[in-house]
Amino acid sequence: MLTVRSLHTYYGNIHALKGVSLHVRSGEIVALIGANGAGKTTLVHSIAGLLRPQKGSILYKEEDITGLAPEAVVERGIALVPEGRQIFATLSVEANLEMGAFIHRNRRDQVRRDMDALLERFPILRERRRQLAGTLSGGEQQMLAISRALMARPEFLLLDEPSMGLAPLVIREIFAIIRRLRDEGRTILLIEQNARAALQIADRGYVMETGKVVLQGEGRELLAHREVQRAYLGKGSKEIWDA
Amino acid sequence: MNLRKFAPVAAFVAFMAAFPWMVAPFDAISHYTDVMVFAGIFCLVTIGLSLLMGFAGQISLAQAAFFGIGAYASAILTGRFGWNPWAAMPAGAAAAAAVAWIVGVPALRLKGHYLAMATLGFGVIVHIVLNEEVEWTGGPSGMVDIPGLSVAGVRVLSETAWYYLVWTFVAAALIFSYHVLHSRVGRALRAIHEAEKAAEAMGVPVASYKVQVFVYSAVLASLAGSLYTHYVTFLTPSSFDLMWSVRFVLMVVVGGMQSLWGAVLGTVFLTFVGNEWLHVFADFEVLVYGGILLAVALLVPQGLVVWMQEKLSRRRETLLPRSE
Repeated sequence: MLTVRSLHTYYGNIHALKGVSLHVRSGEIVALIGANGAGKTTLVHSIAGLLRPQKGSILYKEEDITGLAPEAVVERGIALVPEGRQIFATLSVEANLEMGAFIHRNRRDQVRRDMDALLERFPILRERRRQLAGTLSGGEQQMLAISRALMARPEFLLLDEPSMGLAPLVIREIFAIIRRLRDEGRTILLIEQNARAALQIADRGYVMETGKVVLQGEGRELLAHREVQRAYLGKGSKEIWDA
Repeated sequence: MNLRKFAPVAAFVAFMAAFPWMVAPFDAISHYTDVMVFAGIFCLVTIGLSLLMGFAGQISLAQAAFFGIGAYASAILTGRFGWNPWAAMPAGAAAAAAVAWIVGVPALRLKGHYLAMATLGFGVIVHIVLNEEVEWTGGPSGMVDIPGLSVAGVRVLSETAWYYLVWTFVAAALIFSYHVLHSRVGRALRAIHEAEKAAEAMGVPVASYKVQVFVYSAVLASLAGSLYTHYVTFLTPSSFDLMWSVRFVLMVVVGGMQSLWGAVLGTVFLTFVGNEWLHVFADFEVLVYGGILLAVALLVPQGLVVWMQEKLSRRRETLLPRSE
């Protein structure tokens, strides 16, 4: 569904992606793990059109989308849930959702129906639909950020660090949501520092280090991989995920 | 609109309507009506600028230049070509809009503070043109013989009449800007302000929205310039130099960028400071402005309006125990 071929992107003067290649098949969750500064966010921003790659190509459903404007990318069905949630704090929950449907802004009925369906699905957001988004808890904000992206009706979701800054139980809930999104037929590229959680729900995974993909494989395979265990899983982080 | 929101607005309108009558009987302050005419004219500039600064997150250092474009367009079209002032006004605004668009499109495609730099240069260029195009602008010695304004066939002559005319414009600009902020465009602007990357990823054409706000601010500044021209009926380039652009920015910052009321309050406050209370400092005036900016940035970074709101709401809270 999505194929990235030897992509080079500069972030300012930093050569952040040094020839990254990966692919995501339809209906998969693919996890992209790696330390801070490995280039994970640069990669999703390149896909979403927020950064312009210098070299290489991004193919989506056999179409070259390299260097397209963000608007054009989201119109093709790729939506981004940005790192740190990036909700619109001084807008209401409903207004946040409406902004997510920006490309559908002239289809009012559709936006209304989609919003009702999402509020049905996440009752906590319905309760708070008139509240300012900044007053929500971290987990609720993440739910809102995901819902906001869904308002664009994407087939492909880019999730950038959805577990960031959340309590373990909340992370569980968010990952359950992500799995359900896949089961409904959406395709997901999941960026995570929380490697264990990500690889447990992922069909396949890639490991990035300093702008390159250094490892790839099935989720379980990578979980069991000695290097991955040493570098990203560590000891003492098991309790929650093995419980 | 509920009472708590409406009451302050009604009080403000009543106060503004009564203002000329309140100051008229006192010789020492009767000229405050004149100061308020200038303050109102500047408010038009700063209302537009506050949208640009507070909601598009960009600084323009060319508002005095747009102010000048409006002023000179009105002066030349009415004085030289005998246009009706009410026809010259939109012509000047259209010119300012076109120029803002040309300056804004390349500057706002770039991220960061390129607009501030581009407008800084542009402001200087306009000032030089006003000084050098002697044939059209009268150069440094200025333009005279600019006609006044008539409304429905009646000449606007007295300061009080001007006061009501100008503040009607301000009220219209406030109402219009309020609706812009609460429209879909305004919501997108606030979204951009909150989380630019997220808004961009959703397909909001961020640069285009910023250009629109910049053009809107230039149009308001140009209208203000036209009013200014017909009020003072005499122009020199020194009213449109960089220092004035900085002063407009300062007015917005002092009042509070995130609020239209902030622009009004900061403008009235600094107009009085500049026109009334700073003469003693003469050339050191600039130092005082610097001091005010520093004090605001350090003590009340949100601006006077937010600071006052907080003071008021805190007092209300201590007086009335929470009902929760």
